Amino acid sequence: MMNKLLKHFVKHIDGFLMGSLIATILVALCVLYSASGQSMDKLTSQAVNITVALSLMWIAANIPPQHLERIALPAYVIGVLLLIAVALFGEISHGARRWLHIGVAKIQPSELLKIAMPMLLAWYFARRDSLSTMKDYLVGAILLAVPVGLIMKQPDLGTSLMIGASGFYVLFLAGLSWRLLLGAVVSVGIMAPILWSMLHDYQRKRIEILFDPYQDPLGAGYHTIQASIALGSGGLAGKGWLNGTQSQLDFLPERTTDFIFAVFGEEFGLLGNLLLLLLFTLIIGRGLVIAAQAQSTFSRLLAGSITLTFFTYVFVNIGMVSGILPVVGVPLPLISYGGTSLVTLLLGFGILMSIHTHKKLVTS
Amino acid sequence: MIRAARLGSAAKSRVVVKMPTWRRRILLIAVLAGFAVLLGRSVYLQSMHKAFLQQKGDARYSRMITLPAHRGKITDRFGEPLAISTPVESIWASPPDVKAEPEQLVKLATLLKIKPDVITKKLVNNPREFVYIKRRLPPELAAQVMRLHIPGVFTQREYRRYYPAGEVTAHLVGFTGIDDNGQEGFELHSQGWLSGKAGSRRVIKDRQGRIVEDLEAVKVPQDGHDLALSIDRKIQYLAYRELAAAVEEHKAKAGSVVVLDAKTGEVLAMANLPSYNPNNPVNMAGRSRNRAIVDIFEPGSTLKPFTAAAALDSGRYKPETLIETSPGAMRIGSATIRDAHPQGLLTVAQVIQKSSNVGSAKMALSLEPHYLWSIFNQVGFGSPTRIGFPGEASGKLRNYKTWRPIEQATMSYGHGISMTLLQLARAYTVFTNNGTLLPVSLLKLKEPPVGHQVYTPATANHLKDMMETVIQVGGTAPRAQVLGYRVAGKTGTAHKPGVGGYQANHYVSSFVGLAPASNPRLIVAVMIDDPGAGKYYGGTVAAPVFSKVMSGALRMLAIPQDAPNNNVVIPVDDIPEIKEVV
Repeated sequence: MMNKLLKHFVKHIDGFLMGSLIATILVALCVLYSASGQSMDKLTSQAVNITVALSLMWIAANIPPQHLERIALPAYVIGVLLLIAVALFGEISHGARRWLHIGVAKIQPSELLKIAMPMLLAWYFARRDSLSTMKDYLVGAILLAVPVGLIMKQPDLGTSLMIGASGFYVLFLAGLSWRLLLGAVVSVGIMAPILWSMLHDYQRKRIEILFDPYQDPLGAGYHTIQASIALGSGGLAGKGWLNGTQSQLDFLPERTTDFIFAVFGEEFGLLGNLLLLLLFTLIIGRGLVIAAQAQSTFSRLLAGSITLTFFTYVFVNIGMVSGILPVVGVPLPLISYGGTSLVTLLLGFGILMSIHTHKKLVTS
Repeated sequence: MIRAARLGSAAKSRVVVKMPTWRRRILLIAVLAGFAVLLGRSVYLQSMHKAFLQQKGDARYSRMITLPAHRGKITDRFGEPLAISTPVESIWASPPDVKAEPEQLVKLATLLKIKPDVITKKLVNNPREFVYIKRRLPPELAAQVMRLHIPGVFTQREYRRYYPAGEVTAHLVGFTGIDDNGQEGFELHSQGWLSGKAGSRRVIKDRQGRIVEDLEAVKVPQDGHDLALSIDRKIQYLAYRELAAAVEEHKAKAGSVVVLDAKTGEVLAMANLPSYNPNNPVNMAGRSRNRAIVDIFEPGSTLKPFTAAAALDSGRYKPETLIETSPGAMRIGSATIRDAHPQGLLTVAQVIQKSSNVGSAKMALSLEPHYLWSIFNQVGFGSPTRIGFPGEASGKLRNYKTWRPIEQATMSYGHGISMTLLQLARAYTVFTNNGTLLPVSLLKLKEPPVGHQVYTPATANHLKDMMETVIQVGGTAPRAQVLGYRVAGKTGTAHKPGVGGYQANHYVSSFVGLAPASNPRLIVAVMIDDPGAGKYYGGTVAAPVFSKVMSGALRMLAIPQDAPNNNVVIPVDDIPEIKEVV
């Protein structure tokens, strides 16, 4: 009886994906404990976040993809309306307008778009199927550009880039022709100076600092330099758990959130980095397999986009911490402290599991 | 069913809708390439660049803390402090870590007596990691500041130098800068001896500067050594006070007094004006020089005893040898030298007593230039005393080969030759030590030094006797008398050299004397630079200072009187003034 109940409970959970996620999350808790200066409070609070996120993942895994397909459009429309509301009435904190007060709670509508954006585009191209034309890609691009633009204006460069990427992956997986892609790249190249002029000063500074962090070692370059030092001083095997001097002595900024990888790299070294990248590879690989085996265009596009976006998060964050990409506010998925991004991520993985475990129902 | 049908149609068009294999492969390759890049960067940072980054990392948390050594005291010969170090605290902050309410900052500003906006400017939005808020506070005040408990505000132990004697010993002792390094005087000269060796601690510090742990054994600081000067603080005070009064009274530009122990050459006092407060060294221009050692002047007639002694030693003169000084002027080449009053026939003793230039010049011209030069050289003119003081001047004694007769004549009474007051005072040790010149010292000596015989003892004692008459009726300096003691000395009044010759109305008045004449214990040399209140003769300007300093010092040292019955000082206003020629 119990056995059967348990079996029913985990029916929509993908064992391989779940195993990799749990392993990664355990690593995350270890690093967080160290990065937070051995704060039990922070650890407990993150454990609560994980529990909530896993529950939501379980729920998402149990929702058949068809339902998701149906709510794709409303979710997108609500998301965009909320973004507009943020732009009009949002609360300003740290110089950015990202949060919206609704009654008692504060919400960050850009998080919703992280799921709703690929869902909408997957829905749109699933409807067009093979008939996708130049016009469809144009429509897709416009649908993508609206929230991306709104979020960039908040300003939240990291999130807008990630959502842009998630949408782009759908377009790409839907068969965006190379000619269009090339055209887009060329036009972006032409647009680059204009985009550059639209960036905020601090964003420009970040990109400039990327190429030469030592031009402002105590200001904008500080994050990059400290992170490089932390990583590099870890060496091959690391300084050992709780022994990272740069992080433990508070020299590393944002060490529980965006720069947590530097703490990890300092304490566990190159071998630790290799292990972590391996875990990420397992998750991404499984995601790509799920996408490849998906039985509807919607599922395939959505699963592909979610997986590739996850990859992008990993790449951008680690790239930023190790100093090959500019410092944009992107957390390391599954590892960085914070509930919101964890919920969004695990919801995405829930959808992946749903796509994988619901296909037999569909075909039968 | 509908869905199945749709799926069926999708299946049919799969070739088109499903991604082509190469597109998938490209994706896969892109993902793997992405990870390869990250891994590559990781390898670069963590193995190839590791050493550099580790060292950079260490530099961020490993700190060498200096433990300041206690700077040694400077004392007078009896151990009375002239420079001492007291512990003080400096308040500093790491602005990025300062978390303070505005009212806390206002409290801080009030405690430290700084304007609140100055504090705000230092602490708010300042990216620097270290700023001094205020240095050198009394420890109690620093403790009060720390009781405000402002995160990011710290104290640092330092030592502040305090000079109890202030401007009285300023030129000798000097002072230290904000970082406890000597800037002037003995603080500068004996920096290494006084400063000791700072100790150190290598520690791990976090970003807020809190010490987390010690990395290696603490190197204990080695405190500096004390330095005992030869100065007697009481005599120093006396000399300074009397000098200051005279400089004030005669509206002089500057002045110096040197008091020597006549038997050991130790400097018991050395005062200069203008002076400064070493506890707050500001407006130092022209005030910081130890003029008695650093500045040279033309001594004038105070040099005559050395000429006369040379003449006696040459065997050509005896104290009672008569010299014709009429008509009070003498032509040498195209120049004429003069006496104030024609004196007629004078003995050598009277030449000294009346300070006759003509008499002095005649004696000098009868001597070989080389001989006179060698005497002057042996009493130390033209060469530094090597007393060990920064910036000592050596004065000028020109080579005898270039002397013209007129120069040899004027040099005999102290013109065309220059020296420091210390050199002049030292030269007088020949008259207190039977013709032997003593080296001088600013440090307390354990035993008297060995001197250098310049004159025969008989000559030296003759000169001492002659100089006693200078103080008596008929001499140039009755104002140099000291009640209860026999005094010997010589006045000097010289025009100051200026651009293109001597300046008509600018003088240097001097007096050098010794007492008790029966067994000299002290030499006092006084130099008043450019008295501007009308009087300028050494006998009227410098001699009274000598008298006061000498009489005070003799009493302080409880030196037995050698003229106890002669307890009435000649009322100097009633006797005719004997003026020397300038």
